[in-house]
Amino acid sequence: MITLNVNGKRMQTDADPDTPLLWVLRDHLYMTGTKYGCGMALCGACTVHLNGEPARSCSTTVGAAAKRQITTIEGIGATKEGKAVQEAWIANDVPQCGYCQSGQIMSAAALLAKVKRPTDAEVEAAMSGNVCRCGTYNRIRAAIRAAARNVK
Amino acid sequence: MDKFEIVNLSRRDFLKAGAGLTLGIVAPGAFAQGGPGQAGGTAVAAGAFAPNAFVLIGSDNAVTVIVKHLEMGQGTYTGLPTLVAEELDADWSQIRVEGAPADASRYNNLFFGQMQGTGGSTALANSYEQMRKAGAAARAMLVSAAAERWNVGPESITVARGVVTHQPSDRKATFGQLAADVAKLPVPQEVKLKDAKDFVYIGRRAPRTDARAKSTGTAVFTQDVKLPGMLTALVAHPPRFGAKVKSFDAAGAKAVKGVVDVVAIPQGVAVLANDFWSAKKGRDALGVDWDETEAFKLGSNEIMAEYKRLAATPGLPARREGDVGAAFASAARTLEAAYEFPYLAHACMEPMNCVVQLAADGCEIWNGEQFQSIDQGAVALALGLKPEQVKLNMLYAGGSFGRRANPHADYVVEAAAIAKATGGRAPVKLVWTREDDMRAGYYRPMYFHTLKAGLDAQGNIVAWQHRIVGQSILAGTAFEGMMVKDGVDATSVEGAANLPYAIPNLGVELHSPKMGVPVQWWRSVGSTHTAFSTETFLDELAAAARKDPYQLRRTLLAKHPRHRAALELAATEADWTLPLQPIRSGDRRGRGIAVHESFNTVVAQVAEVTVRPDGEFRVDRVMCAVDCGVAVNPDVIRAQMESGIAYGLTAAKYGAITLKDGAVEQSNFHDYMPLRLAEMPRVGVYIVRSAEKPTGVGEPSTPVIAPAVANAIFAATGKRVRSLPIKI
Ligand code: FES
Ligand code: FES
Repeated sequence: MITLNVNGKRMQTDADPDTPLLWVLRDHLYMTGTKYGCGMALCGACTVHLNGEPARSCSTTVGAAAKRQITTIEGIGATKEGKAVQEAWIANDVPQCGYCQSGQIMSAAALLAKVKRPTDAEVEAAMSGNVCRCGTYNRIRAAIRAAARNVK
Repeated sequence: MDKFEIVNLSRRDFLKAGAGLTLGIVAPGAFAQGGPGQAGGTAVAAGAFAPNAFVLIGSDNAVTVIVKHLEMGQGTYTGLPTLVAEELDADWSQIRVEGAPADASRYNNLFFGQMQGTGGSTALANSYEQMRKAGAAARAMLVSAAAERWNVGPESITVARGVVTHQPSDRKATFGQLAADVAKLPVPQEVKLKDAKDFVYIGRRAPRTDARAKSTGTAVFTQDVKLPGMLTALVAHPPRFGAKVKSFDAAGAKAVKGVVDVVAIPQGVAVLANDFWSAKKGRDALGVDWDETEAFKLGSNEIMAEYKRLAATPGLPARREGDVGAAFASAARTLEAAYEFPYLAHACMEPMNCVVQLAADGCEIWNGEQFQSIDQGAVALALGLKPEQVKLNMLYAGGSFGRRANPHADYVVEAAAIAKATGGRAPVKLVWTREDDMRAGYYRPMYFHTLKAGLDAQGNIVAWQHRIVGQSILAGTAFEGMMVKDGVDATSVEGAANLPYAIPNLGVELHSPKMGVPVQWWRSVGSTHTAFSTETFLDELAAAARKDPYQLRRTLLAKHPRHRAALELAATEADWTLPLQPIRSGDRRGRGIAVHESFNTVVAQVAEVTVRPDGEFRVDRVMCAVDCGVAVNPDVIRAQMESGIAYGLTAAKYGAITLKDGAVEQSNFHDYMPLRLAEMPRVGVYIVRSAEKPTGVGEPSTPVIAPAVANAIFAATGKRVRSLPIKI
């Protein structure tokens, strides 16, 4: 049994320690907001926070995540940056198919938690690991700017 | 075309037909996907009335719109409800959305005859009157019910923002308060639609109904479906198209914890497990011997060599105007160019997947369901059922770009085959990894084009000869009879055979060689290649004749006012005549223009490009003008124009699926690269004002960006791009 701290809750899983955190979240804990896109840390759809740092859960073993605080899209709204990012996403109608957006939001929330008013270059660097095949990038930029203004 | 039947279904019949409310096993509201004011769906309240197959009004005041088209990002779940809300005079916050079940008698695509499906940028266009009439019928019934209740004439009643009002006596009722009364009324057969001047939603921004669910991780995709006892299946597919399983050794796979079964299916060998990761480990441990005697073994280079050989011979005529031979003979000069296009994968963000559950009397499927009629038929055939025994639940799709409307229902049938091979003892979720998805074929075909033009002494284009070589998408599909005429597949030559430019002598020819690589439509289909060759070649002719490429197009489009208006709008917004300044020394900058019509929508783009000394380029800005008829939701139109630009630019910069000895060389996003945020140009979208019926916006911006960028690269460097992806 591995004990995890997910969104402030203790959770247990009997998955092997080498199982990627992504599949433990999705298939063992039934938290399906975190998405699978590539399995190789190339697309960012699976982004979660480990101790507040963005991490690709497809390439992080559940064993390695056990000692950290895990935050997922289901819990990010409880942080002030996460809330502001989600509301900005909705106000700007960012999502199209939506499949990448959990990961985009997690990366954006991690950025704003670190940098209050990120420059364009900081946004580009922070979001460089998140692919959107629907091409919502310009709205993502706009929503991050709006969220930065709205973080209380 | 715009006829549909209106019946007052009782709530019970409605739910029976609507089905799917049984789904919410792990995710409540998976079927009722959402609305502007909520994260997920809600069950339908008692006392509801359903004036037709598209609208359900509950006593809780919710207006549920049944959308017959797949929401794959293009905004259908917002656009179609907008049409209902408009004629119903509902408040936008009342609107809920549900995906329609498979039932072509009620939910067929009016542009596809009797078929139910989404594609060809038709969702809004074919629904425009149907959904408005559905809303108008419901409104008329609400008015009748209120008139009866208040004992006043219906003409004295008004409806606005979800409230029914009798002004003289100051009485008001919500839709919910009237729902029970309305359920008893007959449905009006004739309804009057609003005048455009009275629109309150059409032409304005209505927020997306799915934005909240998709921003909170609660939107349910096929990947997220979890049924009791469900097994996850991964399939070992053959390494080459056309290969088959010779034998396999399941011992290693079965030794993996969590693996439940290993079965052979026509598509390969399926490993079933309790969860994805166990299935993946099991598949890795599987030993399969493949029979490759029938496998396709050519590489991309050999295919292209064959296409070039074919291009030297005349093809089947797709269009012939004037006397092309005589015009070339008398031309002052001729120009020629040849173009190469690779295979392209759709690479949707959500790799293909499908959930199947067999039952005694049929089967039930959960899928990002795009082509109900095809999928029902193909699954029925595979399982020995009748099509109507195949129940389909349409979930949100994580992108499609054409992929999920597979004319052979490939991955859906694969999922059904696994369920069958395991005797239906558990529901099965087939999951493709990114690698499976990338290598499964059904690509945009490879193409080779040759273009030749004759100019007279004044530089006027007097002759145009276009030859296209590439696999037919429609050959061997249910659409062959309809859309392949005299050997010419309409999707191979669209955008070329209907070239709008006034050129007196013009010929377009086609070769459709057969290759063992499965091919399919890919966002904007034929235009993905024809727009590139025609729009860059025209640019070459302008340069040869020392004419401005924008002005030359304008002149040649005198008889095509929609093209011309879009072109002028894009050029004006881009300040076409002002010179561009380089930002850094050594950088070269250029502006390029292109215009193209697809799916009855015209898009013109001006791209501004910076080419660095090392040959790297970036697209700085794109001015995009679009004529898509009435702009039902301008914000969704803008989003789709941006989306098409990103998708088309990805292909222009990076897109190539290549084969070596028949094996696909790419596997994931490191070798089939997507555009990333830093590379996304600034985009301005300008919508041509129009009162015409709306036309589609999901695809038409895609094919325009590559030629606009290539023309900009020429303007910057003097180099022509004749092969994609772009290498400078
Ligand atoms: S699924 Fe983890 S980065 Fe793509
Ligand atoms: S919204 Fe579809 S991939 Fe980003």
